[in-house]
Amino acid sequence: MVEALFWPALLAYGEAALAYSSPRTTRAATWGVRIGWLAQTALLVVQAARADGFPWSTWAGSLNLFVWLVVGAYLIWGCRPRFRLLGLTVMPLAAALFLVAKLGGGTRGGSGSTYGNVFLVLHVGLVLAAFAGFTLAAALAALYLWQEGRLKSRAPDILSLRLPPLASLERLTWRTVLVSLPLLTLGLVAGIVRMRQDRAGFDALEAVTLLTWAVYGVFIGLHPTGRRAAYLALGGFALVIVARLALAGSHFT
Amino acid sequence: MTTFSLVGLSHHVAPVELRERVTLDAAAAAELARTLGDAVCLSTCNRTELYLSSVDEERAVRALEALAGEPLDGVLYRLREDEAAVHLFRVAAGLDSLVPGEGEILGQVRDAYEAATPGATLDRVFRQALGVGKRVRTETAIGESPASVSSAAAALAAQVFGDLRGRRVLLVGAGRIGELAASNLASRGAEIAFVANRTVDTARELAHRFGGAAIGLDELAKTLGEVDVVLSSTSSPDAVVRAEDVPAQRRAPLFFIDIAVPRDLDPAIANLAGCFLYDIDDLEAVVAETLTGRRAEAERAEQLVAEEAERFRAWHASLDVVPAIASLRAHAEEIRSAELAKVRVSDDERRTLESVTAQILNKLLHLPTVRMKEAAVSADGAVYADAVKHLFGLGEPGTDERQRP
Repeated sequence: MVEALFWPALLAYGEAALAYSSPRTTRAATWGVRIGWLAQTALLVVQAARADGFPWSTWAGSLNLFVWLVVGAYLIWGCRPRFRLLGLTVMPLAAALFLVAKLGGGTRGGSGSTYGNVFLVLHVGLVLAAFAGFTLAAALAALYLWQEGRLKSRAPDILSLRLPPLASLERLTWRTVLVSLPLLTLGLVAGIVRMRQDRAGFDALEAVTLLTWAVYGVFIGLHPTGRRAAYLALGGFALVIVARLALAGSHFT
Repeated sequence: MTTFSLVGLSHHVAPVELRERVTLDAAAAAELARTLGDAVCLSTCNRTELYLSSVDEERAVRALEALAGEPLDGVLYRLREDEAAVHLFRVAAGLDSLVPGEGEILGQVRDAYEAATPGATLDRVFRQALGVGKRVRTETAIGESPASVSSAAAALAAQVFGDLRGRRVLLVGAGRIGELAASNLASRGAEIAFVANRTVDTARELAHRFGGAAIGLDELAKTLGEVDVVLSSTSSPDAVVRAEDVPAQRRAPLFFIDIAVPRDLDPAIANLAGCFLYDIDDLEAVVAETLTGRRAEAERAEQLVAEEAERFRAWHASLDVVPAIASLRAHAEEIRSAELAKVRVSDDERRTLESVTAQILNKLLHLPTVRMKEAAVSADGAVYADAVKHLFGLGEPGTDERQRP
């Protein structure tokens, strides 16, 4: 059952990643994102139904959930014809990470949970949701810098290869961070409560996550514009990458 | 069959001196169409075309020659039936325009159609042409790219700010070209807040038209902090805005458009953070690039026109057999009603008989009807129609009497 849901989801994400390469197939790409996300949602539901507790406690499992959240955020904010290049940035990454999650065993059904605490479940879910938002914000910021560079350099094809206007990209980056930061804050609070209960120690991942929170806190507090905003969003995302890829394994074990 | 034809001239074959003589305003075009009969007159600055249904083409030619004041041999084109329809579809899609894909022509075709009182054939072909124009605009990107320097400037400003509503523009220079570019920005919702000129009186007149304020060139620097777009088009030999005039502390970007030669705006502005500067060469390069894109989209649009032309051919060909089908059905219905009238039965039984005989008739005539329509598309329609008329004696006097025992 789980296998039967994984492959359609991966195929649909892969189709979307390919279809975004041409403006003529953007509609097919959008349907790929929608169908893939629905299939992955069904996969997560089956995993949740078969597991004793939290089914995404391993790094691969959390990656599976992370991909679902990233694609979900993309569906809400950026799944529009004018944002084709955002899709071209997000969907290949989502498909690749989804495959990595599968290879790491994160898409299996019926795995036992190591989380027996509601605060821990909340902590992981909220932090992952925030990270998914920051990933999307980073993609938007990268697009902003690229488009700004093209406008600055007066590229003759500036109107042939249409990207969303700079103002839209800046506004969406801001809104995405504005929604994601409270999620990260709540996730961290839940994690601190769990730490106190378990009397666990402070590790490197927690330090990096706190630093990430501080960077995005500065982003919201100062409300920078233009390149500064884009660089700050990308700086925060660099910390998200460190947290997700370099340190996640140590924290989960 | 109803004949459908076209007589006209356009920018492809007629010079502007001739076109301007035969160009008609909306009222005069509608009047000419009414005079000719079942006709539609499409008259724009690039073309004057008369679409005719069962109207003598020579009358249309004479009408156009009267407007031109000279014979139009070698300039007029005449197209008939499918060719005329395909031409109209291409016109409505903007494919026959000076700038491929321009959108204004679709509205002009609609206006010409609505101003006339076309018969069934012209009504059908114009409605389909409007549909083709709409399809091309929604299913291809042919109309999205700007085709002129002033529209490119407005499109680039929209790439920075998105919606231009509420964005404030400073127009430097009160010349015709600057006014045109400013109108393009205003049509997208931008507010022409200031018009700056060496002679403030000249600026005042233009500012009044746009609803903005007039200022002298000496006030430019302090105004830069209050606007989003600076559009410059003066004949000044020196730069009118220098990089050091641009305020450093700004939260929003500032977009500079320089369409003057020699340039009005200091090229160093392009290096300032948050500032974007486009001069006339940059804008022309953008337009050239987008026109290349338009040509690629035009190929897709031609495919759509070809699809629609095929649909038109099928419909037009079916006109051959429609009268024969209608006669056959009317004839059969007449026999059925006559035979039923001879039967003496109760009301309930009559209703049952009505229903059964109608079904028999429909089933019997269904296949011949379908076959005749198919034959019409493959150009045998007239032969089939004649055969049916002959076999059933349709249209011959005394047919009914021969049917009776």
